Amino acid sequence: MLRIHSIQSLGTLDGPGVRFVVFLQGCPLRCKCCHNPDTWDMRGGETLPVDELARRAARYKEYFGAEGGITVSGGEPLLQAAEVYELFARCKAQGIHTCLDTSGSLMNESVERLLAVTDRVLLDVKYTDDADYRAHVGCSLQPVLDFLARLNEREIPTILRQVIIPTLNDSVQNMERLCRIRDAHPCVDKVELLPFRKLCQSKYDALSIPFPLADVPEPDREIMSRLTALL
Amino acid sequence: MMHANWEGFRSGAWQDEINVRDFIQNNYKEYHGDESFLAKATPRTETVMGKVRELFRQEREKGGVLDIDTETVSSLTSYAPGYIDKENELIVGMQTDSPLKRGVNPFGGIRMARQACEAYGYKLSDKVEQEFKFRTTHNTGVFRVYTDEMRAARSCHVITGLPDAYGRGRIIGDYRRVALYGVDRLIQMKEADKAEIGKQDFTAETARASEELYQQIAFLGFMKEMAAMYGCDISQPAKDAREAIQWTYFAYLASIKEQNGAAMSLGRVSTFFDIYIERDLERGILTEAGAQELMDDFVIKLRIARHLRTAEYNELFGGDPMWITEVVGGMGEDGRSLVTKSSFRFLNTLYTLGSAPEPNITILWSNSLPEAFKRFCAKVSIDTDSIQYENDDIMRPLYGDDYAIACCVSAMKVGKQMQFFGARCNLAKLLLIALNGGYDLNSDMHIGPQMGVIEGDVLDFDAVMERFDGYIAWLMRLYVNTMNVIHYMHDKYAYEKTQMALHDTVVERLMAFGVAGLSVVTDSLSAIKYAKVRPIKNAAGYIEGFETVGEFPKFGNDDDRVDQLAKDMTHKVITELRKTPTYRNAIHTLSILTITSNVMYGKNTGATPDGRGNGEPFAPGANPMHNREENGALASLNSVAKISYDDCRDGVSNTFSITPDTLGKTEEERKGNLVSILDGYFAKKAHHINVNVMNRETLLKAYENPEAYPNLTIRVSGYAVNFNKLSREQQREVISRTFHESI
Repeated sequence: MLRIHSIQSLGTLDGPGVRFVVFLQGCPLRCKCCHNPDTWDMRGGETLPVDELARRAARYKEYFGAEGGITVSGGEPLLQAAEVYELFARCKAQGIHTCLDTSGSLMNESVERLLAVTDRVLLDVKYTDDADYRAHVGCSLQPVLDFLARLNEREIPTILRQVIIPTLNDSVQNMERLCRIRDAHPCVDKVELLPFRKLCQSKYDALSIPFPLADVPEPDREIMSRLTALL
Repeated sequence: MMHANWEGFRSGAWQDEINVRDFIQNNYKEYHGDESFLAKATPRTETVMGKVRELFRQEREKGGVLDIDTETVSSLTSYAPGYIDKENELIVGMQTDSPLKRGVNPFGGIRMARQACEAYGYKLSDKVEQEFKFRTTHNTGVFRVYTDEMRAARSCHVITGLPDAYGRGRIIGDYRRVALYGVDRLIQMKEADKAEIGKQDFTAETARASEELYQQIAFLGFMKEMAAMYGCDISQPAKDAREAIQWTYFAYLASIKEQNGAAMSLGRVSTFFDIYIERDLERGILTEAGAQELMDDFVIKLRIARHLRTAEYNELFGGDPMWITEVVGGMGEDGRSLVTKSSFRFLNTLYTLGSAPEPNITILWSNSLPEAFKRFCAKVSIDTDSIQYENDDIMRPLYGDDYAIACCVSAMKVGKQMQFFGARCNLAKLLLIALNGGYDLNSDMHIGPQMGVIEGDVLDFDAVMERFDGYIAWLMRLYVNTMNVIHYMHDKYAYEKTQMALHDTVVERLMAFGVAGLSVVTDSLSAIKYAKVRPIKNAAGYIEGFETVGEFPKFGNDDDRVDQLAKDMTHKVITELRKTPTYRNAIHTLSILTITSNVMYGKNTGATPDGRGNGEPFAPGANPMHNREENGALASLNSVAKISYDDCRDGVSNTFSITPDTLGKTEEERKGNLVSILDGYFAKKAHHINVNVMNRETLLKAYENPEAYPNLTIRVSGYAVNFNKLSREQQREVISRTFHESI
C-alpha cells in the first residue's frame, strides 16, 4: 500500500517528457518555503495498492514517448521507499522510465533497493550551506550530500533542483556552491532553478498553519535569468 | 490520353479515368525536412492582407455583416466580378461583386433568407420575394411532409439544428478535378454516364439520376461562364501552379455561390497543389516566395468567404463559420506520408497572414508522420490555437488515403462519398423526458411514449435504464425518419449540382446523426448507479430536480466504471438508429459533436442527476463536464478515447485546453510534449482533438476588452472561431471550461 496525496496524469515539470506523477503523502521536513503543506501529515491522503498504481501508470504508456515515464514525488517518497521500490520495479518491468523527486534526506536499506530501480533522480537541494539548511529546513545538509554521493556511485542521472527564494538563497555565493556540488558529481547532468511561488498561501490558510515566508517576495524573471546565467 | 498541360507528370490510370488520387500517388514528392525553407509574406501579400484586415474591422464595426446584396439571388454567374485589389491579386474570384458583401440564397427557405436580412437591418427585395413566391423551397417541402411528432420533437428541442430550413452542406466536391482535367473533360464524362442511364428502364431512381446529371452538366457549364467573367478559361487542364490553384478555387467558389450549406469544406488540396508547385520550381518559373504567395492569396480568398445566417443559426453554430476544412498530412497506403512542402506552406499561412479560424486546418495525424512535421504542427498549435487533429491511423483503413473531413470531424472519400447531415439529438433531455414518462418540463410538452412518472424515492438504476432504452428506441426511429424527409426534400428542391458534378456519378451516401450531452447523461447514470439520487417533484407531480447524495465516478477520470456507461450509450444509440432504413440507403453514422450548441442545448434542459443545474451548458462534444476531472489531462483524454470510433464513424470531438506553463518549461519542451500527447491519445484510438494552448486570463481580458483582441482565435468543438464573434453566453461557457494547469 502506498499513501498518496494525489495523481497528476499529465506532468511535464517533474522530469523529462510527459510523465505520470504520483504525489505521496507524508514528509519529515518542514521547509519554510514548502509549497505543499497538505502533504506533510503522515496519516493524511488515501492509500492505494501498489499494483493498482502500477496499473494506472501503465494506462499512460502511449503518451510517454522516448523520454517520459513515471515520477514519484511528495511529500517525501523516501519515507515509503519499500513500497516505491515495488512500484518502480513493476513499472520498469513494463518498460516505463522511473524518476524519483526527493529531498535526499534519508538513507537506509530500502532506499538503497529503491535506487537500484530508479532511472533518474530529481534532487531538491534546498540550500547549499549547512547553517542555512538548519535554519530553514530544520536539519543538516550532510545527509543530502551523502545521498548525492550514493547517486554518483550508482551513476544515476540526476537533476539538482533549487527553489530560489529572494533574500534566503538568491546570492552569487549560493550559485557558486551549487556549481561546486554539481561539478563534484558527474551524475548531475542538469541544474534547475525554480522560482519561489506563493500560490500555496491558500493551502496554509486552509490548514490554519502560518506561512513562514508570507512576506518574502517572489523572484522576478530578471533575478531568475541572472542566477541561471551563473550556472 | 495525354494533354500538353500535363507535360512532366508521371503517367498513370489518372489519364484515362477521373482519378485524382492516382495522379497524386504517381507524382507527389514526400517531404521529411523541417520548416526552415519557408518564405515570409511578400510586400504584395502584406498589401492585400492589409486591405482585408481593414474590411474585417469594418465588418466587426457593423455588427458582423458588412453588406448584403438583397436584390440578387446568389448563383454562379449572377454577380459581376469582384476584387479586393485587382492589380495585386494572384487568385481571383468573389462570392458577390464586392468582398464580404453577402448574397442571399433562398433555395433552402425564403423565410430564413428574409429573417437573415432583417437581423442585420436589411430588407429582402420585393424582386426576390416575388421570384420565390411561386417556387417551392427545401423548407416548404419539408414542412409539407413533417408529422406532428416530428414538429413536436423539433419544437421541444429534443432534436435540434436539423437542416430543414438552410443548406445541409457537408458535401465536399472534388474541386481538384477541375484543375487536373479541365471542365470540358468532366462534362464529357458526365454526358457518357447520362447516356448509359438512358439505356436502362426508367424508374423513379433512374429518372432522378438522369435529371441530376442534367443539372450537374448545366452547372459545370455555368462554372466555365463564371470563370470567363474573371478572364479565365477553365475548360482545359491547368498548365501551372497558379492555374491549378485558381481552377480549384473556381470550383470551390462555384459551390459556395450555389449553396449556403452549413459546412462547405474544401477537402485535401495542398499536396495536390504541391505537384504543380514542384513542377514550376523545377522549370525555374516559380520561387519559394512565389509559391507561398500563391498559397497566401488562395487562403485570403477562403478567409473572406461568408454566408448569410439568422440569429437562431448563430446560436447553434457560433462565430460565423463556413467550415472550410482542409486536411493536411496523413499517410499513404504505400507507407509514404502525404506530407509535402506545401503541407508546410498551407500551415505557414497562419504566420504569413496571422492566425485565423478559417480555413479549418485539420491535421491527419499518424504516429508514422515525419517527426519534423509533427513538431511544426505542435509549434503552430502553441503559437496560434488554430488547428485541430484527427486520427489518420483509424480513418485510413476505412476511407483509404484520399479522404477529407467535412465540417469538423466527418470523414469521407473525396469525390466518392457524400453525407446527409443531421444535426443532433439531446440525450440529457431525453433522459428527463423518460423519467417524467413522456413529458418535457422545459417546454411543457407531452412527447414520446406516454406513461407515469418513474416511481421510487430513490432512482433505481436498472429501472431507469429499462425505461430510458425504450425512449432511445422511440427517438432514434423518429430521428431517422425526420432525416429521411429532410434529405428527400433537399435533393428535390436544393440539390447540390455543382458539388455533385465533382463526384463520381455513383456515390456512396452516409447519413450522419449526432448526440449532445453525452457526458451529462453518463455522469447522471453514474450518479444513479453509484450514489443515491432522489427525484424532487413539482406540484403537478413531475420531476423538476434531483438531490444527489454520495460520491460517484465521473467521466473524464479514466475510471472504467463510468467510462463504460458512455461507451455503452453511444453503442446503444447507433444500434437503434440502424434499425430504421435511410433515404437512398445511406449508411448510418453517429457523431459526438456539438459545435457551440452545447450552450443552447443546456439552456433548454432541466437539472440533471449529475448535479448540473437547470439551463446550465453541457460540455462540448464528447468532453467531460467542466471541472469534474481530478487526475489531470491525460486521464481525461483516456476517458474520451474509450468511445469507439466503430460506433461513432461521424466523429468524436474533444476540445483540450492547456496553459503553456503546464505543457513544459521551454518552447522546445512544449513542442515535444504536445507531440507525445498527440501520439499517445491517437495510439489509444481516439478520433479528434482541438488543442488550445493559452491562459484563461487571456480569455478574460478578451471578454472584458474585445477591441484589444481582434484576432484571438480559439478552438471550440470541431472548428476554430474568432473569440469575439461568439455570443457573450458562448464566451462565458468557453471561459468556464477546464483549463489543464499545474500549480
